[in-house]
Amino acid sequence: MNWQFWIIQTLNSVAFGGLLFLLSSGFSLIFGLMRIPNLAHGAFFMLGAYFGFSLLQLGFHFWLAAIFGGLGVGVLGVFVERFILRQLAGNEQGQVLVTLGIAFIIADVCLLAWTGDPMPLPAPQSLRPPLRFGGFAFPTYRLVVLAIALVVAVVLYLLMERTRLGAMIRAGVDDMEMARGVGIPVSRLFTTVFLLGATLAGIGGVLGGPILNAYPGLDADMLPLALIVVILGGAGSLMGAFVGSFIVGFLYNFGIALAPDLAYFVLFLPMVLVLVFLPQGLFGRAQT
Amino acid sequence: MTRRAVITLVVCAVLLVALPWIIGHEFYINLASQVLIYALFALSVNMMLGFGGMVSLGHAGYLGVAGYACILLTTAGYDQLTAAIAALALSTVAAGVFGVLSLRAPGLGFIMITLALGQIVWGIAYRANNLTGGDNGLSHPARPMPFGIDIRDASSFYYFTLVVFAVALFFIWRFARSPFGASLTGTRDQPRRMRMLGHNVWLIRWLTFVLAGFWGSVASLLFVYYNLYLSPHALALQQSAEILLMAILGGASTLTGPIIGAAIITLVKNMVSTYVERWNTLLGLIFVIVIMFMPYGLVPGCRQLWQRLHSRQKGKAANAAPEASP
Repeated sequence: MNWQFWIIQTLNSVAFGGLLFLLSSGFSLIFGLMRIPNLAHGAFFMLGAYFGFSLLQLGFHFWLAAIFGGLGVGVLGVFVERFILRQLAGNEQGQVLVTLGIAFIIADVCLLAWTGDPMPLPAPQSLRPPLRFGGFAFPTYRLVVLAIALVVAVVLYLLMERTRLGAMIRAGVDDMEMARGVGIPVSRLFTTVFLLGATLAGIGGVLGGPILNAYPGLDADMLPLALIVVILGGAGSLMGAFVGSFIVGFLYNFGIALAPDLAYFVLFLPMVLVLVFLPQGLFGRAQT
Repeated sequence: MTRRAVITLVVCAVLLVALPWIIGHEFYINLASQVLIYALFALSVNMMLGFGGMVSLGHAGYLGVAGYACILLTTAGYDQLTAAIAALALSTVAAGVFGVLSLRAPGLGFIMITLALGQIVWGIAYRANNLTGGDNGLSHPARPMPFGIDIRDASSFYYFTLVVFAVALFFIWRFARSPFGASLTGTRDQPRRMRMLGHNVWLIRWLTFVLAGFWGSVASLLFVYYNLYLSPHALALQQSAEILLMAILGGASTLTGPIIGAAIITLVKNMVSTYVERWNTLLGLIFVIVIMFMPYGLVPGCRQLWQRLHSRQKGKAANAAPEASP
């Protein structure tokens, strides 16, 4: 274990953190606004990876596959919100359980459509040769994934802080009743946020494909990570999702590299600490 | 208890005791044991869900803690009773810790944390190869011999399960009817008022969580004794979801609901699994349909239907009476 190991693992950790951010930022926004943890989010991520795989097989360019794969999942998300969750308005407990049912259906349909074998998604040709820098070989693709995650983070930040839509979402997160009262179309916001969250999860799935592969069980592997990110960062907080993603990315990646037996246990510790000392999460606001 | 309830209970008890003679075939007797084990799981998760309004998606975690502890201790050479008691104690302590953590978050954060905890137990079971055998799982050496009675064959194991189930059912029934159960329902419906009345809402919920964990662990031991094998697949999220679905399908606000839900889900699952290998799509569909169209479950739904029919008949009789009298 020389210093080279540490540098490569650190890079892997930040790249994984970037993927987690794509997954959990949408999850966190949905949770903050609609008050429900969308338990289908891991399934959305996996579906994105499989969509990406098929689009690549059809000969699409990688980035187009990422965009279309993400949008495909986004459309499904809108469908779920409009036709299923909308029916259960006011029954948050029912909504959560329905998203779990949907997660099972998506996972099983994926198994049927793409079989149980892991499907590798090749990284784009131009990014395959490693980047050489001072005698080091960095995996280029992971750096690009990290860069994309950072760009998405900035765009989401601007969207939330600088646009009318973002202001409406923040108002909804802070006080739903009041937001409705001043005439913000909250139910349309639900659909928008669900579209945004599902699309980001889908894009994350395609981008994660070359690193993780698409395989059955990817959903169950990713969902708890998203949950822990949001528990750490606080629901509805973009900053929380950002910081939480990189913390979890580091812990999980180094956990697997150094003590594979205990990788999950390592995740448990920060969760316990945050829950005991800061139950609202690092960046969450107290909710009444 | 009314006289009718006593009669129903006695009839059910007689039927359950006579079941091995009625069905005869070993496969179906084993299926009946499975139903009882799942019914106990569903009853225990329903202590939180039905009376406390707390939705836990980590209940299979107890299967992990109690199950692996029992197997590892037995394999290490401890006798079955010591292993069982130690496993129950460990798992109940784990429930205490999980309860403290899960109850830190308000409302639906509870689901999220229980799910994360359950998945962490699953992840440890899956990854910690040296301890749990990873994906291959562990097998339990042999079924115990309670009071020297051999429970290796299907019908004697069924009776063993039935006895444990009856004891558990009695305690859970007492729990639901006790002042504590009433205060738990109070914390579900009116937490703020309960606090004003001087109840410690957190403590009531936590104790319920621990009790549910204890009975879940008892069911876990039965599960291990029945299968003589435990692998991470048994503690996946799907397991927790199935258990929860049993309670909701049957009717979470009742005591009979989870039992009926467990019977239906276990039978459907067994029937389907003879045709297809996995039944996740069906599980998901049942989930969506039950929650959208039968949110209160079968038992309260049927009861309502029955009452409506009953009152209509009575209404008819009342309407008919004046015509007949002159």
